[in-house]
Amino acid sequence: MNASSQNSNQRPARAADSDLAIELRGINKSFGPVHANKDIDLKVKRGTVHGIVGENGAGKSTLMSILYGFYTADSGEIFVNGEKVTITDSRHALGLGIGMVHQHFMLVENFTILENVILGAEDSALLNRSLSHARGELQRLADDYSLTVDPDALVKDVSVGQQQRVEILKALYRGAEVLVLDEPTGVLTPSEADHLFRILEQLRAQGKTIILITHKLREIMAITDEVSVMRRGEMVKTLETKNTSPDELAELMVGRHVLLRVDKGKANPTSTRLEVRNLVVKDDIGVIRVKGINLNVRAGEIVGIAGVAGNGQSELLEAIAGMRKPVSGDIMVSGNTVSFHGDDGAARLRRAGLAHVPEDRHRLGLVTNFEEWENSILGYQDDDRYGSGPMLDIAAARAEAMERIERFDIRPKNPRLRTANFSGGNQQKIVLAREMDRDLDVLIVGQPTRGVDIGAIEFIHNQIIAMRDAGKAILLVSVELDEIRSLADRILVMFDGELIAEVDAADADERTLGLYMAGVKEPVTAQ
Amino acid sequence: MSAARTLPNWVTVFLMPALNVTLAFVIGGLVVAAIGENPLRAIQVLVYGAFGYGEGWGYTLHFATNFVFTGLAVALAYHAGLFNIGVEGQAYVAGLAIMVALALDNTHWVVVLVASTAAAAVLGAFWAAIPAYLQAKRGSHIVITTIMFNFIANALMSYMLSQVISRPGANAETETIAAGARLPLLSQYLPFFGHSPVNIAVILAIFALIFVYVLVWHTKFGFKLRTLGQNPAAARYAGISAVSIIIITMAISGALAGLVAVNEAVGVQKRLVVAYVGGAGFVGIAVAFMGRAHPIGVLLAAILFGGLYQGGQELAFEMPSVSSDLIVVIQALVILFTGAMSEIFRPFLVRIFGRQEPDEPEPEPEPDTTGAGSAL
Repeated sequence: MNASSQNSNQRPARAADSDLAIELRGINKSFGPVHANKDIDLKVKRGTVHGIVGENGAGKSTLMSILYGFYTADSGEIFVNGEKVTITDSRHALGLGIGMVHQHFMLVENFTILENVILGAEDSALLNRSLSHARGELQRLADDYSLTVDPDALVKDVSVGQQQRVEILKALYRGAEVLVLDEPTGVLTPSEADHLFRILEQLRAQGKTIILITHKLREIMAITDEVSVMRRGEMVKTLETKNTSPDELAELMVGRHVLLRVDKGKANPTSTRLEVRNLVVKDDIGVIRVKGINLNVRAGEIVGIAGVAGNGQSELLEAIAGMRKPVSGDIMVSGNTVSFHGDDGAARLRRAGLAHVPEDRHRLGLVTNFEEWENSILGYQDDDRYGSGPMLDIAAARAEAMERIERFDIRPKNPRLRTANFSGGNQQKIVLAREMDRDLDVLIVGQPTRGVDIGAIEFIHNQIIAMRDAGKAILLVSVELDEIRSLADRILVMFDGELIAEVDAADADERTLGLYMAGVKEPVTAQ
Repeated sequence: MSAARTLPNWVTVFLMPALNVTLAFVIGGLVVAAIGENPLRAIQVLVYGAFGYGEGWGYTLHFATNFVFTGLAVALAYHAGLFNIGVEGQAYVAGLAIMVALALDNTHWVVVLVASTAAAAVLGAFWAAIPAYLQAKRGSHIVITTIMFNFIANALMSYMLSQVISRPGANAETETIAAGARLPLLSQYLPFFGHSPVNIAVILAIFALIFVYVLVWHTKFGFKLRTLGQNPAAARYAGISAVSIIIITMAISGALAGLVAVNEAVGVQKRLVVAYVGGAGFVGIAVAFMGRAHPIGVLLAAILFGGLYQGGQELAFEMPSVSSDLIVVIQALVILFTGAMSEIFRPFLVRIFGRQEPDEPEPEPEPDTTGAGSAL
């Protein structure tokens, strides 16, 4: 493919009759009985950032997949630059100047960045020629849009933020005029996200059109010019961003009034439930990521660990949950020191009364091929209530799963359904229900609202507060500073494997926390 | 890239394997035609030989019994995410159970059956547990180690048979079990089976099928085993010890493989000879995959392969120009099309029976979560 951006820059001139880069009219798409898109109309102006918001299952991804040629619409029309088109596949979409950056990157990990960029777009059989041409082109794109990357670095060695830039570069290299970004910040740290927005602003300044799919209203407010709200397969409204507010958008998305702030009373902490002493933890490749941490969590309080992703929080959480053997140190749950022997530490901690909602629920918290009821007992499979002997009491497990489905409003209400067939938000609820619905002393929660939509965030936050008020000790790790600030009673800031500050949530301001997160040290206040 | 399309269960479970087998026979028929024989008659002889009369059935079931054991061994390990290629070697080493049978051949056959079954299971389990331990504790890949253990088993058994346990005066075979303690043939109770070798071990195979079903889907151990097989990270999160699951699963897998010794060595040959397993361990891989690692599928696939073995022998006998090598070619074609190329008809079937599902599951546009806050 030779469609580099030189010639595609001329494309807008040809369709001067329309200032719309993309227009969709009356799009319908059903999957069996599910009407995923109902009569969708959408107008995206050229040279703008257009946000599309909606909860999981609202039909955003389906709509974009139709635009990108993954699916064919059952009915409806697509116009690109004012011309009616029928998009047959993603190559065709690219030819029309539509590029997509997926939530999960489609990169070959052990290729270099340069090789990934030209992959599938090599313009001659001899790779050297394509590579040297691409190298020049990449340099030009990098200069134009401050998309700096090292073309010779292997993809697996660069950060997630860099990998995302490679995806954007891939699309631009193929001459994309319209970029669709699907939940681009879900995997990014706050600073990486800020950097991405600066890139998007540059792209807009250069006349590119950007469609941003997200459920983070903050991002919508920060970067978009217009925003379209989808709910249950329908396009509810398109608004100018400057004339709307997060509250209005949330209400449109969920269909009812949503409380974006957490309402909680004062904490009444009592005795210590979780105690961590001098904990040292290595990561998979043997680097020490947790450097002698001390912390304790009392019954009836929420302790939040703030910090930029990658400062050892994940390793700390995994060690406390028994999934990662610490190098040294002690973990005590309700006064009992937990042994680190063997590779079933997580089971021992559960028996000691610790429940764990993992950071990556999709990968760790669920077996997506299992039926829902099977995931509802995962981690607790040896409990007597699922059979006292070696046999599994399937009837009891299913009955309990059904009861949780009712109480936590998990949909569809079918414990026999394969878990992969539940939507993302409902999968999260399966994990939360399993971990919270039991007699526990300590709950540890990693990134409680990662990948969760607004209605579910409110639900999860309320659940966590309710657990606290019921006298549980809760340790919360999140890279979302807002979330830590609104939920936690005490905030610990983690930097480079150490807890460098402790702040009472009441007197925590964003600036100070930000400084701590950047590693500006101050002695930890004694407890 | 297009949307994922799924097929109805009956298509993947029944129609697809049936089409694969048919295709294998069509190509096998072409091979037969190429050497100047009538392919239709060849197929008729093969099918009649396997399923057309009592004695044929007897042989078919005898072979199928071996394949049930080896197929289950592969299938069970597969559920835990382990590819046990060492079934052949495990079954071979388990052949040493013949020594227990020989030691007890002055007692009743029931004693011989129970004791040799236990011994065969323990020997097979032992031989499988070593690679399992290496995988679990040292990270040596089980595919590699089990293949190596097949070679080691070969060398070890050659040595045992030539130097240690061979019958005085004979080369590379043991004594024969005394007539009074031999396992009863089914033909003693059901004359229908004629002079076929199908014996009481067939009942052991039925128990093995039920055992694996219950173990995998109805026990806590099975739950942990499947969790590990599906998602090792989730297993660690769930506090499931990968080390113990890998070792125990492989031991049970090896024990199932070992039961081949009861059917083949103790039951039929009544002594141990060199390479007595005769490739049943490798056929077990095809049986497990064709049977989709489910006991019912394993049973059906084992009967199919048993039929191929028996019908093939009959074919070589009836049509001398069809050499036994050609029979191996036909068997190989079935393995090729049902195992390695089992998905060959999928695109075609998807076009006919496919149901479209979204890539990202969007089962229901999510209804509002008004009731959510009140839960708990």
